[in-house]
Amino acid sequence: MTNNILDLKGLRKTFGGVEAVAGLSLSIEKGAISSLIGPNGAGKTTIFNLVTGFARPTNGDIIYSGSLINGMKPHAIAGIGISRTFQNVQIFPNMSVLENIMVGRHLRSRTGMIFACLVPPVLRREEKRVREDAEKQLHFLGLAQYAHAPAGSLPLGSQRMLEIARALALEPGLLLLDEPASGLNARETIAMGDLIGKIKAMNISVWLVEHDMDLVMDISDHVAVINFGSLIAQGAPADIQRNERVIAAYLGG
Amino acid sequence: MIGKNSVGLIILILSVIISPHIITNDYYLGSLIFTGLNILVCIGLCLLMGYAGQISIGHGAFVAIGAYGAGILTANYGWSPWPAMGCSMLMAVFVAVILGIPALRLKGHYLAMATLGFASIVHVVSVAAVDVTGGPSGIINIPRPDLFGYLLDTDTRYFYFVWAVVIIGVYFAFNLIDSRVGRGLRALHGSEDAAASLGIPVTWYKVQVFILSAVYASFSGSLYACYVNYIDPGPFDVSYSVLLITMVAVGGLHNIWGALTGAVVLSLLPEFLSFISDYLRLFGIRYQQDYNTLVYGMILLFIMLFLPEGIFSGLRGLLDRIFSVFKKSGQASLERESAVPSSGQSSGPSSAGKPLGGLSGHDQ
Amino acid sequence: MNLIDIIQFLFMGIQRGCIYAMVAMGFNMIYNATGIINLAQGEFVVLGGLMMVSLTMTLHLPMVLAFVLTVFFGVAAGILMERLTINPVKQPTVLRLVIITVAVSIITKGGAMIFWGKGSHYMDHFSSAEPLDFYGATILPQTLWIIGILLLVVAAYIFFFNFTMAGKCMRACAINRDAARLAGIDDRKMVMLSFALSAGIGAIAGIIITPVIQMDYGRGAMLGLKGFGAAVLGGLGNSTGAVVAGILLGVLEALGAGYISSHYMDAIALVILLFVLFVRPSGIFGNSEAMRLKEF
Repeated sequence: MTNNILDLKGLRKTFGGVEAVAGLSLSIEKGAISSLIGPNGAGKTTIFNLVTGFARPTNGDIIYSGSLINGMKPHAIAGIGISRTFQNVQIFPNMSVLENIMVGRHLRSRTGMIFACLVPPVLRREEKRVREDAEKQLHFLGLAQYAHAPAGSLPLGSQRMLEIARALALEPGLLLLDEPASGLNARETIAMGDLIGKIKAMNISVWLVEHDMDLVMDISDHVAVINFGSLIAQGAPADIQRNERVIAAYLGG
Repeated sequence: MIGKNSVGLIILILSVIISPHIITNDYYLGSLIFTGLNILVCIGLCLLMGYAGQISIGHGAFVAIGAYGAGILTANYGWSPWPAMGCSMLMAVFVAVILGIPALRLKGHYLAMATLGFASIVHVVSVAAVDVTGGPSGIINIPRPDLFGYLLDTDTRYFYFVWAVVIIGVYFAFNLIDSRVGRGLRALHGSEDAAASLGIPVTWYKVQVFILSAVYASFSGSLYACYVNYIDPGPFDVSYSVLLITMVAVGGLHNIWGALTGAVVLSLLPEFLSFISDYLRLFGIRYQQDYNTLVYGMILLFIMLFLPEGIFSGLRGLLDRIFSVFKKSGQASLERESAVPSSGQSSGPSSAGKPLGGLSGHDQ
Repeated sequence: MNLIDIIQFLFMGIQRGCIYAMVAMGFNMIYNATGIINLAQGEFVVLGGLMMVSLTMTLHLPMVLAFVLTVFFGVAAGILMERLTINPVKQPTVLRLVIITVAVSIITKGGAMIFWGKGSHYMDHFSSAEPLDFYGATILPQTLWIIGILLLVVAAYIFFFNFTMAGKCMRACAINRDAARLAGIDDRKMVMLSFALSAGIGAIAGIIITPVIQMDYGRGAMLGLKGFGAAVLGGLGNSTGAVVAGILLGVLEALGAGYISSHYMDAIALVILLFVLFVRPSGIFGNSEAMRLKEF
C-alpha cells in the first residue's frame, strides 16, 4: 500500500462561525520526520487535536495506517499507537518524574482495579516490569537524576523532555510533538533536535509543529506550511524556504 | 513511601489490638467503633476526592443505602446479615453507575450537585416511604452478624471486627494507589488531557473510583445498622455527607492517612467538646451540643484557608522540619525522595520554569 | 384534571419558582465571575428572611426601612464572605473554593441556629394575608408582591449589566478575565461585587418568601439546591434561562405535589435536577460548547 502512516483527506473543522481547518489534505510518511509550520493562529494545534481525538472533525477523514480514526476518543487513539506532547507542557505535577513515565506504560500493562487492591505492589511482577521500562526511558532522555523529584519542580526544558519520555513509553508508531522547542534556549534546542533524530532511528514516525525555523529546516524530511487552515505549500525544507507563497504568508499578513 | 505506609499500618494494627484492653468503657469503645465506620467511608471518599479529584457532597446516601439495605433485608425479610450487606453493596454499585456515568462525563461541579441532590432525595424518601423504610421511626431489630459461628455480640468483638475491616480497607487503598490504576487516577488529577493521551479512559476511571467509594460507604452503613440494631433517617441527612467531606478535607485530601486523621479528629470532636464544656463554662461560655456544627464549619474553613493540605500533611511537614534540624543536608534529600508519591499538590499544569542549561542533563 | 386546581397549583408554583429564579440568578453571577458554584447561596436567603423577621417582628421597624436594611445586611454578608474566605486563598483550585463555600454554609447555618433558634419564624405579609379570588382559585397578595419584586430585580439586573460601567466590567471579566485585567478592570473587585450582588438578591428572595413559608435556620440547603437546579435547567451562567427555569421548576414541583404526592415534593424538584443533568446538562438555553469551556 502507501508508505504513509497518516493521511488527512479534506479535513475541515469549524468552531461556530470560524473555519479553523479548511479542507486540508496531507500525508505523513512512515519513518520520517515531518513538520507543520505556519503563522500563529493558522490552525496547527487544531489539526493535532483533531488527529488525537481532542476535537471532532466537521468534515473529512483521518486515516492512520489504513484505518479511519475520525471521532475516536483520545484514549482510544493512544491505543492504536499515536501519542503526543502538548503546547503548554502537561506533565503530572503531583507525581514524581519516574511515575510520570510509568503512566506512559499504562497501555503496555494490564493490572485492573480489583487485582491492584488485593495484591500489594511488591508481589506484582508487572509492576516491576513497568518500573524497569520507565527507567529505561528515564535514562534515554537523561533525566535519571530527577527520578524521584516531583515533576512540577523541574525546569521547563526538563519538563518537555519528561513529556516526550512519557509519550515514548507508550511505544507509539507516530509521535506528535507540539512546539517542543518553545521556551528553550539555543543549546537546548540543538539537544532537542538530536533527540528527535534518535527517535526517528527507533522507527517512530515524528510529526512536529514548530516555530523555530532553524530546527525545522535542520531535522525535517518533509515540511508542510499552512495558513488560515489551508495548506499553502509542502515539500523538502530547501524548497519551502524558497517558496514565495510561504515567504508572503510569514511576512505579508 | 511503601516503607512508611507499612510502618503506619503496623502501628495501626498494634493500636487496635491493644485498645480494648486500655479502654474498657463500653461507651468510649462505641465511639471508637463509630470512628472506625467513619474512617471506612472516608477512605473511599479520599480516593475519589484526593486522587481522582471529584467531589461528592452526597456520600451519606451510599451509607444510607448500605444501612437501610442491610436493615430492611434482615429485620423485615429475615435474611442473614452477610448476604444482606452484599446485596446492599450491589445496590450502591448500581446507583453509583447510574449517577456516575452521566455526571462524570461533565465538569466536576455536576457530580457535586448530582450527589447532593441524590442524597437529599434519599433522605426525603427514607422519611416518606413509610412502608419500605419505616419512615421517621425507621427499622428495628436488626441482628448482629456472626463470623463463621462466632457472634459479634459484644462491643469488644464488634470493635475488633470493624477495625479489622478498616485496616483491610486501608491496605486495599494503599495497594490501589501504588498501582497502574492508582497512577492512572493520579494522572487524571494532574492533567486529564495528558492522561487521556496516554490511553487512560478518563470517564470510566472516574466511574470506577466512584463505584469503589460507594462500596466502602455502603459497607460502613451496613456495619453501622448491624451494630446499633436499628436505623432511622436521622443520621443520614445532608449534614452527614457534608461532615464526611469535612473529615477528608480537614485531615488531608491527598493522603489516606489524612483521611484517617480527619475522621478520627472529627468523630471524637463532639466527645472532646462536651468534655471541655465544663471548662468553657468557667469562661462564661455555655457550650451546647448544637454548637458542634458551627465548630465543624470553622475548623473546615480554618484548614482550607491556612492548611489546605490538611492536618496530616501539616503534622508531617512539622515533623520533617524537626528532623531536618537534627539531620543535616545529606539526609534531608532522602526525606524529600520518599515523601513525594503519596502527598502532592493539586495545582494545575505547571508554570513555565526558567530553562536551565543541560537539557540532556550532562552538566548538572 | 380540574382547571381551577391546575391554576391553583400554577400560582403556588410561580410563588416558589420566583424564589428559585432569584437564587439561580445569584448562582449565575458568582459562577460567571469566578467559575465556582457557591454552595452557601441558600444561606443568604435564610439570612435575609430571618433578619427581616427580627427587624419587623421584634424591633417593629417599618416594612420599607427593614427591607432596605436587610438587603444591606445581605450585601454586607456577601462581601464579608468574599473578603474573608475567597479572596485570601493563595492557590485557588476549584475543589478548594467549593469546599470553602461548604464551610461558609455550615458556619452560617450554625450561626443562624444559635442566633435565631431552631424554630420557624413568622413574618407579616407585605399587604394583606387574605387570599384573593381568581375565578374560583385563590392567590395570596404576597404572591403578587413576589412576582412584582422578581420583575423589578430582573429589570435592575438587565439595567445593571447592560447600562452601567460596573455591570459591563463584570461581564467583561466573565467572558475573558485576562483581557479584562489588561483593560484595567480590577478582577478581584469584580469577584467581590458578584458576591455582594448575589447575596443581595438572595436576601431579597428570603424577605419575600418568609411570610409564606416561615423561615427557619435549616432551609438554606434545600433552597440552594433547588435554585442550583433552576440554574442548570436554564443553562449555567445564563440568567434569562435562570428566570424561566426557576419558574418552570416551581410550577413542575407544585403540579407534582398536587398530582403525585406532597410528601415527596422536595424530591420532585431534585429528580428534575438529576434528569436535566443526565439528559441535557447544558440546560434549556445553554450552549454545549460553551459549557465545556468553563473550568472545573
